[in-house]
Amino acid sequence: MVDIIVFLISAAIILGGAAGVIASNHPVHAALSLVATFFGVAVLFVQQSAHFLALVQVVVYAGAIVVLFLFVIMLLGVDETEDLTVEPLGGQRQLAGILGVLVLGLILGGLFVAGPGGDRGALALTGQQSKTLPIELDESESDVQLLAEDLFTRNVVAFEATALLLTIATVGAVVLVRNQGGEDVVVDEPGTASA
Amino acid sequence: MLSRSASLTNGHFFNAVLAAGDPYLGDGSVDLGDVILAIAKAIIAFVVLLVAVMLMVWFERKVVSRLQNRIGPNVAGPFGILQTLADGIKLFFKEDIIPTRADRFVFQLAPYLALVPAFLTFTIIPIAGDFSDGQNGAVTIFGRETFVQVADLPVGILFFLAMSSLAVYGIMLAGWSSGSKYPLLGSVRASAQAISYEAALGLSLASVLLVAGSLSTNEIVQAQAGEGFGGIIPRWNLIVTGLIPFVVFVISGTAELNRPPFDFVEAEQELVGGFHTEYSSIRFSLFFLAEFMNTVTMSAIIVTLFLGGPAGPNFGFLPGWLWGFVWFFLKLLIFLFMFVWFRATLPRLRYDQLMDLGWKVLIPLSLAWLLLLAAIRQARNGVWEYGGSAFNSTLLALAIGTGLTVIGVGLLGLAIRSARDERLRAAGLVAVAGVSDSGLEGED
Repeated sequence: MVDIIVFLISAAIILGGAAGVIASNHPVHAALSLVATFFGVAVLFVQQSAHFLALVQVVVYAGAIVVLFLFVIMLLGVDETEDLTVEPLGGQRQLAGILGVLVLGLILGGLFVAGPGGDRGALALTGQQSKTLPIELDESESDVQLLAEDLFTRNVVAFEATALLLTIATVGAVVLVRNQGGEDVVVDEPGTASA
Repeated sequence: MLSRSASLTNGHFFNAVLAAGDPYLGDGSVDLGDVILAIAKAIIAFVVLLVAVMLMVWFERKVVSRLQNRIGPNVAGPFGILQTLADGIKLFFKEDIIPTRADRFVFQLAPYLALVPAFLTFTIIPIAGDFSDGQNGAVTIFGRETFVQVADLPVGILFFLAMSSLAVYGIMLAGWSSGSKYPLLGSVRASAQAISYEAALGLSLASVLLVAGSLSTNEIVQAQAGEGFGGIIPRWNLIVTGLIPFVVFVISGTAELNRPPFDFVEAEQELVGGFHTEYSSIRFSLFFLAEFMNTVTMSAIIVTLFLGGPAGPNFGFLPGWLWGFVWFFLKLLIFLFMFVWFRATLPRLRYDQLMDLGWKVLIPLSLAWLLLLAAIRQARNGVWEYGGSAFNSTLLALAIGTGLTVIGVGLLGLAIRSARDERLRAAGLVAVAGVSDSGLEGED
């Protein structure tokens, strides 16, 4: 009963936030709605006893990524209400609507085909047996330990590869935005620019 | 329902209501007492924190005054101790102004976004309890074993990181929604500063977690309790992790709090009042409250992580848990005084100095220290066998680690230097071409 109440409240927050992201006229309001969605998801994680995931969700998504979004919005000054009648891509709204309905239909269809219980949902959606279920969970261990063991033993290659990828992406971003022409360079090193 | 009807025989109407609602609450594992205990703890923690903030404001003003050869508040109450109350009442009766260009909803929301994380962080801090002789600090209230903290989360200390990353929102949105340029500049600075220093904060925290082997604040305190080295030096993480993480944590904690010498967010000479320039009345006092709450909470976190929290010797004649509170309070006072002392003596840094310190010193330092600490621990636990003993492999790990650190520092220095040379070269070319000469003047 409590489970259902918690689920309903957080589901309402998630969906409300998601609707807010696309319905807000204002980029900052949209970003804040996104935070609400992340919080709802975090609450659902807590309800599933995945405390670590919940906090990582808050730290990484709500705490870092959306802060960066806001940072960019503020710095670029796109926070004035934009003219929404101008379409940068023709017909994108209609396409987005159709795609959204199709994806929703796919998920709901998969769930209906699978029926309740077990990992048949994954089977129906992807045609493959779920790979996550056969792991024997030791209930006495905390979710932090379980996650750490999984990440640093079975999936260590993927984990390190992801870390490397993110590093490359960071370096790439710096290289791309660097001023190649040598114009407008601001020297902010004290005591070195003796021009 | 038959199995649950046992709780009905107690005659507790409340239990019956719970039983109808949820099996976990109704089967006797959680009853009215637990619920009342949880609520009481939350209320008491809130009141304690508010009183602590009130005293902290007074303490800060009094100490700063003394350090500046002034007397400070001395009219309201004994030693001026009620000055904060008087100021609070004054603020509450002031006119509440919302600028016409402000984003009304966000403007009104922001103070609460600053206040709520400040309070929530306090809930994970153990403020009392007997940790001597291997006890776990539990006290018995209403026949229930419980810790003297609102919640002992299994991921405790990560909750602190989550809340400190959320606290940015209050400042950021306050600055942006004011619809005015100085608050906006203040809030952009705030977010850049918070993101930069959170990394150093988290990395120095990781050293503590490595040593304590747990995320729970209670277990971190337990790991530091008990017989110290030589019977005198306590087993605090301050010593066990080798001082560096502590220093990094205190510096980045000060930056995270936006306190002097890192108070760029509200640098008066540059930004009027910074992010809260346009705020008045109650909303302003909420920011003020959040700031001092954060100071108290950050000090408490430092005490918990590095100085053993409420752990300390039990000299008798007081109940055991009260000794815990005495030790906690004394340790807390050291750091509160330290923050005030910082404010009274250190001038504000320049913004580029702040960023240099965060990115080029604190983050590499805490990262290298974490890796070194991890290698030494592995060696001491005998994971690698070298030379037949754990001692030899520890020495080897230490030697390799030091070597790698020296190489790493050298490479980092080289990278910074070559990047600077590159920029200077580019700037020099610009100066020769005569495109932008004036931009380089006065940079010395």
